[in-house]
Amino acid sequence: MNFFRLAWAYFRVGALNELQYRVNFFIQVFQSFLALGTGLVGLALVFNHTDSLSGWSRPELLAVMGIHILMGGLIKTTIQPNMERLMGDVQQGTLDYTLTRPADSQVLVSVREVRIWQVVDILMGLIVLLVALVQIQHRVGLWQALGFGIALVMGGLMIYCFWLMLTTGAFWVVRMDQIVELFQGVYQAGRWPVGIYPLWLRTGLTFLVPVAFAVTVPAEALTGRLTWQTMVGAAALTAFLFVLARWVWKTGLRNYTGASA
Amino acid sequence: MKAMLDFYFTQMKMAIQQQIQYRVANYFYMIGMIAEPVIYLVVWSTVARAQGGSVGGYTPGDFAAYYIVWTLVRNMNIVLTPYVWENYIQRGELSMELLRPLHPLHATLAYFSGWKFVMIAMWLPIAAILTIVFQPTLNPQLWSIAAFAVALWGGYLVRFMLLWLLGMITFWTTRVSAFFELYFTLELLFSGRLVPLSLMPQWVQQVAAFLPFQWAFGFTIELLLGKLTPAQALYGLGAQVFWTLLGLFFVNLLWRAALRRFSAVGA
Repeated sequence: MNFFRLAWAYFRVGALNELQYRVNFFIQVFQSFLALGTGLVGLALVFNHTDSLSGWSRPELLAVMGIHILMGGLIKTTIQPNMERLMGDVQQGTLDYTLTRPADSQVLVSVREVRIWQVVDILMGLIVLLVALVQIQHRVGLWQALGFGIALVMGGLMIYCFWLMLTTGAFWVVRMDQIVELFQGVYQAGRWPVGIYPLWLRTGLTFLVPVAFAVTVPAEALTGRLTWQTMVGAAALTAFLFVLARWVWKTGLRNYTGASA
Repeated sequence: MKAMLDFYFTQMKMAIQQQIQYRVANYFYMIGMIAEPVIYLVVWSTVARAQGGSVGGYTPGDFAAYYIVWTLVRNMNIVLTPYVWENYIQRGELSMELLRPLHPLHATLAYFSGWKFVMIAMWLPIAAILTIVFQPTLNPQLWSIAAFAVALWGGYLVRFMLLWLLGMITFWTTRVSAFFELYFTLELLFSGRLVPLSLMPQWVQQVAAFLPFQWAFGFTIELLLGKLTPAQALYGLGAQVFWTLLGLFFVNLLWRAALRRFSAVGA
């Protein structure tokens, strides 16, 4: 339980710190609305010219968009700020301060930062998702809701592992700043169900950058498209990525000589 | 005049030498950037196929051509990001620039022009891969290739001026990111970056005609795709000149006012 206490303590400090800057909240709301507006325009344009996209109806795609925004918010509140800080620490040599602490280093570098105002995106994603579900008029059963929840958690975990492995690359290649751009670009692909992409791209979006598991699979769970095979596969991949990320982190640390040491 | 040319030439050479060192970083940036048009391309090709082969006069092959040329135009579109101004002003880095005898606009303009050559060289293999994968239909005529080469740089100048103006907002307020995001959203919708403007509703096209955005983006692409008549091409190149000069005029106007407001640490 040590992990949760530690994470909670960091979360509280980070949140209190950010809560001082109230104006940032309104700026975040404004930017989230802009992003939502752009997404809706894109959707409207597509459905101006067609009735369904690879078997997905308009409200179903709205649900995908909601989950995309929700997951994006989760990533930007927790995963991304931590990984950006880690990259900065490696570049400037300040990572040593973290490594000398008694707690597990991977836990520490993963929970230090929180950008609380990005929660706006999480809420907005939820609202979009709810609106979409009402429009679909498809009753979401208990099992589907449960499947959605589990798929979402696994997707988030996979994205975390992916980020951690990439960031660990900073131990070897110091300049990794462009990774943020790279990830954000690729993450945009999740706004549409991965089924529309050609096979090679779909494979990449599933296994290389697990956007498919983060967005499409939870959406499939809600719209009754999910098979148990996908779920088992997702669980296996999550476990595999988790172990792999841990191993990459340990190897990276052993290679890391520090800036001052 | 000769000194000026010399200055530009040296800056460009410096930019090329510096940026060649950061190949990996540049490539990461480009791959992240290429995700965007590939998504649009896949979505619209799917729509076109569902509609029996074409939508708004674009077949999947046309879309492929549009969005592959898009990547080159987007690369040419990269100029000094307005977010840099926060650093310039907060950390007082601008003071150093102001000590030089030349307006900082020249140095930046030249530096980014030089960087373009690195970007284009690195873009070629990516374009080749995209061409093999997505099979574009592209049969440009000689005159439109020539006009395209000019329009690429014209669009660069237009966007350079616009973003310089946008960045200068930082002199008056520090809460700039909301402005920037609003600008980028408008640009996305009215430039032809999201979809070819001809697929947009009529009123969007009419509004876009009065805005500078499409001259730095959609116009250049459509030029190479052969969607424009020679008269339209001339009109577009003229629009690029017009917006560049107008931008330059406002940069000059605001620059004086801005410097009067600016007081940095150490200045």
